Amino acid sequence: MKIHNLIGLALAACVIGAPALLAQDEQSFEKIERGRYLAVLGDCVACHTAPGGKPFAGGLGLETPFGALVGPNITPDLATGIGAWSEADFWRTMHEGIGKNGVRLYPAMPYPAYTKVTREDVSAIWAYLRTLEPVRNEIQSNQLMFPFNVRRPATSVWNLINFQPGVFQPDTSKSEAWNRGAYLVEGLGHCGTCHTQKNITGGDRGGEALQGALLQDWYAPDVTSDLRTGIGGWSTDEIVRYLKTAVNSFGIASGPMAEAVEHSTSHMTDADLMAIATYLKDSPGKKNPPPITSLPADDPRMIAGKAIYEDRCAACHISSGAGIPTLFPRLANAPLVQSDDPTSLIRVVLAGSRAGATAAAPTAPAMPSFAWNLNDQQVADVVTYIRNAWGNAAQPVQAGDVGKLRDRLQRQAATGG
Amino acid sequence: MTLGQCTFCGACQSFGCANYSKATPQTTILPVLLKRPNFELRTDSEVLRILLDSDGKRATGVEYVDTSNRRWEQPADLVILGAFMLENVRLMLLSGIGRPYDPRSGEGVVGKNFSHQTSSNAQLFFADKLINPFIAAGAMGIGIDEFNADNFDHSGLGFFGGANVRVNPNSGSPIGYRPTPPGTPRWGSQWKKATAETYQRFAQVGASGSYFPSRTNYMDLDPTYKDRFGRPLLRLTNDFSENDLKMSAYVTERAAEIGRAMGAKQVIANQRKGPYSIVAYQTTHINGGTTMGANPRMSAVNPYLQSWDVHNLFVIGSSNFQQNSSYNPTGTIGALAFRAADALRNQYLKNPGPLVPT
Repeated sequence: MKIHNLIGLALAACVIGAPALLAQDEQSFEKIERGRYLAVLGDCVACHTAPGGKPFAGGLGLETPFGALVGPNITPDLATGIGAWSEADFWRTMHEGIGKNGVRLYPAMPYPAYTKVTREDVSAIWAYLRTLEPVRNEIQSNQLMFPFNVRRPATSVWNLINFQPGVFQPDTSKSEAWNRGAYLVEGLGHCGTCHTQKNITGGDRGGEALQGALLQDWYAPDVTSDLRTGIGGWSTDEIVRYLKTAVNSFGIASGPMAEAVEHSTSHMTDADLMAIATYLKDSPGKKNPPPITSLPADDPRMIAGKAIYEDRCAACHISSGAGIPTLFPRLANAPLVQSDDPTSLIRVVLAGSRAGATAAAPTAPAMPSFAWNLNDQQVADVVTYIRNAWGNAAQPVQAGDVGKLRDRLQRQAATGG
Repeated sequence: MTLGQCTFCGACQSFGCANYSKATPQTTILPVLLKRPNFELRTDSEVLRILLDSDGKRATGVEYVDTSNRRWEQPADLVILGAFMLENVRLMLLSGIGRPYDPRSGEGVVGKNFSHQTSSNAQLFFADKLINPFIAAGAMGIGIDEFNADNFDHSGLGFFGGANVRVNPNSGSPIGYRPTPPGTPRWGSQWKKATAETYQRFAQVGASGSYFPSRTNYMDLDPTYKDRFGRPLLRLTNDFSENDLKMSAYVTERAAEIGRAMGAKQVIANQRKGPYSIVAYQTTHINGGTTMGANPRMSAVNPYLQSWDVHNLFVIGSSNFQQNSSYNPTGTIGALAFRAADALRNQYLKNPGPLVPT
């Protein structure tokens, strides 16, 4: 009799539990499709795919000051991917930076941002990743130099200094769009991974969110509302257009941002892009920036730089620095041009660059390399001129800095890095 | 795709454009196609022939050779032949598609009716006007149509057709562009002096004239000369007609009148003269050989550029029309290509087979 009762209870529990189970069905198209979209928002594919490799099967090396980290295989392959993981393992990875079996991850996996993602969204991403075709691809993820390759204690200390786990908490004094934007920028979008200056341990510097930072010899510019170095002069529509198409009236996405637009932001919904723009427009710029004035036009560096600019640059970027909308970036009053750190500017002059291409703007115009016909002093002069002409104002560039970057780029080209 | 403003650097011809001001497949079409996962551009590959099934009614692909001389078979459900008009004709003949044209009987269609453009010019040498040939762009050209087609009274002239008369400032490239007055030695100090004096004091009024087909102008496979793969070369049998030479004499004289009115101290009218030769550059605007038409006895492809004989082969280029009524053929080629693409997508792919019953 007792046994019968137990079975009866169990049956009742099943009947009651059934609808809830259905709602969490991992095969639900709606949930998987939402997970696919969220994985695009998070740009997972960027680090977890080798150039020319299968999506999510791992393999892109991320150079850090401490050595290389390679995005692992996150397809559901049992031996080499995350096929043996549970959803709880995945949640812990995203929320706490702790992988299966308690392994602490390096923050190259942007869990300090992903911790803000809701459990529901992480669950949807998990459901999507489970639907991928398992790819057998062994990845040696940790290629750091000693002592940084000894993982557990170092990262625990790191977490103490730099990591606050916790899902995003909305600010009820702000609009719904602002909060959605904050959730995306600080969470899955992990914009700060590139755009926020890091402290000596590689964690985000407090109070400097999105104010620009150097990573892998690219300077990810200030994307706060600062009028000179940030995007305070861009309307929300212009920000949306930039993220959706890679081009707007001011410039074109290039370098790592071109990839972020191609893989991620160009696939976002207009509502999400508008939310991001709303949040960025409200992000504070640098507090009390040091006053800066343009170099005088008769400064010898400005005279030399102008002559080079007229010969080499003006055909595309125009003598007035206005550029050609959607083709050649505007240089006058451009945030990146006036960045505190001129690395990206020097880099595109030395190495050239190809802009991002999207379905809406497929041109992908190229900037040629000038490394072969301008020496370090000439590059320094022309970049100094660009940073101080047409109302721009920024620190002059030193030939020595150009030379150092030239050496690094040459070494990277030689090693295919 | 976005194109940039022209900066009039003058180096259009023979060069790519760093300003993105020239519309070419490289700047307008290929970047879009290359982004598509189902598109592949295989460069350094030369198609040797179109492969047919046993009864010759269907193309099964192409055979091509790469730079290592390896031969490949590329299977295909659909073959679009767009290899420039000469190679369009040659590949049709080499692959045994369509009946080759026989000038004796007038029967056959492939290779029939070659035509060119009857080009001529008036050269103007100025004493006191400076012209900067190195600052130019094709789009700065100016033309008049008063002496083209039926736009003027042909009574008593003894010809039909006409020419578009135009000034096309083009690249005054430092080595390639060395105009000198007639009688100047071909080398030495006198030549150098004349070159220096003339470079900025020379202009040209061109006439781009009609060229009508005749049954004696045609292309066939050469009985003697072969390429490195042992395939016959294409042989061209062609000359100007009396009609077109008369037209050229008349219109070139009108171009010279314009030059004299411009105040040139010397005007040389270079009307087109026979016999036809391909040695000196005229234009690249040659036409005919796989004519489009409504009657399979008279044409190689139907109005949708589909081969009458092999329904999954479409042939696109200036080979589709043998009449050159003076203008450059690019616009016509583009229009016909769009029309063929429309028929392919909206009719052929739904129901592969002849789009025009025979």
